Amino acid sequence: MEFKFVILWTDALVFLLVGIVTGFTVYVSRKEHLRAPWRHVARSRMGMAALVILAAYLVVGLLDSVHYRPALETSGEQEKVRYSAEVLSVFDLIATPFRERQEKTYSAPFATHLYAKETIEFPDGSTRRDFPRLEYGGAHLDDPHQDRFADIVLTSVAGIVQGVVIWAALITLTAYLLARRQKSEVKTVVKRIAKGETDIPWHVMLVTAGLLIVLTVLAINLGLKYHLLGTDKVGQDVLYQALKSIRTGLVIGTLTTLIMLPFATILGIMAGFFHGWVDDVIQYIYTTLSSIPGVLLIAAAVLVLQVYVETHPEMFDTIAHRADMRLLFLCIILGITSWTGLCRLLRGETLKLREVEYIQAATAFGVSNAKMLGRHILPNVMHIVLIAVVLDFSGLVLAEAVLAYVGVGVDPSMNSWGNMINAARLEIAREPIVWWSVTAAFIFMFTLVLSANLFSDAVRDAFDPRLRQQ
Amino acid sequence: MLAYIIRRILYAIPILIGVNILTFSLFFVVNSPDNMARMHLGMKRVTPEAIENWKIERGYDKPLLYNEETGGAGALTDTIFFEKSARLFVFEFGRSDAGRDIGYDIQQRMWPSLAIAVPTFIIGLLVTITFAMLVAFFRATYVDYWGVILCVVMMSISGLFYIIGGQYLISKVLHLVPISGYDTGVSALKFIILPVIIGVIGGIGAGTRWYRTIFLEEVSKDYVRTARAKGLSELVVLFKHVLKNAMIPILTACVSQIPFLFMGSLLIESFFGIPGLGSYTIDAIQRQDFAIVRSMVFLGSVLYIVGLIMTDISYTLVNPRIRLS
Repeated sequence: MEFKFVILWTDALVFLLVGIVTGFTVYVSRKEHLRAPWRHVARSRMGMAALVILAAYLVVGLLDSVHYRPALETSGEQEKVRYSAEVLSVFDLIATPFRERQEKTYSAPFATHLYAKETIEFPDGSTRRDFPRLEYGGAHLDDPHQDRFADIVLTSVAGIVQGVVIWAALITLTAYLLARRQKSEVKTVVKRIAKGETDIPWHVMLVTAGLLIVLTVLAINLGLKYHLLGTDKVGQDVLYQALKSIRTGLVIGTLTTLIMLPFATILGIMAGFFHGWVDDVIQYIYTTLSSIPGVLLIAAAVLVLQVYVETHPEMFDTIAHRADMRLLFLCIILGITSWTGLCRLLRGETLKLREVEYIQAATAFGVSNAKMLGRHILPNVMHIVLIAVVLDFSGLVLAEAVLAYVGVGVDPSMNSWGNMINAARLEIAREPIVWWSVTAAFIFMFTLVLSANLFSDAVRDAFDPRLRQQ
Repeated sequence: MLAYIIRRILYAIPILIGVNILTFSLFFVVNSPDNMARMHLGMKRVTPEAIENWKIERGYDKPLLYNEETGGAGALTDTIFFEKSARLFVFEFGRSDAGRDIGYDIQQRMWPSLAIAVPTFIIGLLVTITFAMLVAFFRATYVDYWGVILCVVMMSISGLFYIIGGQYLISKVLHLVPISGYDTGVSALKFIILPVIIGVIGGIGAGTRWYRTIFLEEVSKDYVRTARAKGLSELVVLFKHVLKNAMIPILTACVSQIPFLFMGSLLIESFFGIPGLGSYTIDAIQRQDFAIVRSMVFLGSVLYIVGLIMTDISYTLVNPRIRLS
């Protein structure tokens, strides 16, 4: 199959971010004094359990960030290969069975029949209004009313067994690797993990990973036969949508910080370090920006972008490019509204640092200002930056849903939890109610935000010098 | 004191000018009035006359900054910038793109917003302080540990969930209060209760955690040790000594929020159909009524600055050791 790689703007930035984080990890792992607080994080049970879940989200998000356009089937005469207007990702490729099994409209989780009545034509020519069978969900059953329950139970058991087997393999692999590193026997390592005697809480991580693996395998097993979380208005699988939304949430949570971080850091330490007019100007800028209510500034900027996009349709080849542009723009605007807090914190901390003896010593030695900022001030405020980054993440993921509701969120064609909630909001009033879409979005969002919050707590505990002393 | 307040108000003027220039350039320079007209009238099949009419009706047909046609002072005043942006400084909001008087709408809609926001604010404050005291009383025990975890869990739930879940449970399943709507006078009460409860619950997680850290910081201070050494019971120490001193950071933090009570809550008002300023803003954003959005941005920044000044003043009132300079 021929295809063409497509690198969207946010993809490029996501991979840039991955590169930065990798580089940072390598750098930290070589410096003992930088490694110490991270070791503290690694010992926190809650933090490590949260990290496993975050890693699972990250894998889905990264797979969903490699985009390509498949080639269209050519009739033979044409020489040039033409590519589909639809941009797919590696994750789409993996989840093809979920993506392509589209029903007509709403159907409940595990349903075998559509949610709305339709006129069905029978072979003998008669018609009746009834709930039609789903095209894919439970299509393998002959008599859905009788067989469905038994089939679900059997499939679940099979799924759980498979999951447990994979989990056992993972435990063995971990124990083997640990044993090789610690130069001890696999058996003793397993025993120590089970008792929770290891330095890093491997038992907590393995249990979390086990739960995730079993749930995933179960979802794959059941999801291939039924619509595990139902289908939405246009009949798309809700589970697939919720998984696709992970990328949007992660991009908003991380790229926003990536974009705002250089401004906040440089301006913050400059304001604190140079008194006088530099301080005044920077303070004026951030007070002005923070005095505008965040939602309104975002709304204003997104409305402006919308007009711009609609008057310049020639700039975007595909819907995905347009949606991606809007996502990036949203990140930039969110960054502009959220950098002020960090900037103010850094200014305050730098004001304090300026008076510290080693800075005064450096001044006495005639160290240049640029060198002073880079060598002495910046490394000493990095813990504040780090804490702010991890604390902001969950707030940004939650903000996306609110913005989608206000109508200034990501592009309506893009999968996101906010769009799912927004689309299903009106269906709450239906009788019987369509609850699965909203619930799925809330659960996926909640899991991500909760693990991000727990992880950021662990990071803060390790890095905040005030908390460390207590 | 008076001199300080006057100086702060003078300091606010350049900030408001900055906000104004920013919104002006967002709405009129990046986005020409022609584009706005096209957006409102539909993107395709729109005649130049229709655009011209739309602009004249709303006063967007003037030059942006400098009017060459009219001489003298008119060159500066007969422009979009003066008419639409500079007038905001005297709180003349003008007319919305749909033709309604924005100033009148804001006055009307302020009251329902306050009716929701004030009780939410006060009850929320009392509830979160109570919880935080409770958690602080049992500090370093399992109550504290799981209390904090519960707070984190509550913080991680989207605000939309509280609203949708609450509406579904209370109004749809239990039929206790109407799902949405608003009324005047005493009959408004049944429409207010649910939004207030949901607003309070939504704020418990973050609030309790934050007040807990304030209490814990207070508890580790010397005067607390003295009080305990005197033989006072933990309850007396907590309620009589710690609470009083912790009120200083709590009050000063709350003061900055008070002006924003006027703006109302965007989400709660629009879900519950309350005709306040929050739903006004959301409606304006969704209808793309730039005139209202511009006015609300300006109003919001004014309130923010009022909040900043009030915070500074309250610092000196509760703690005379801080001198204003």
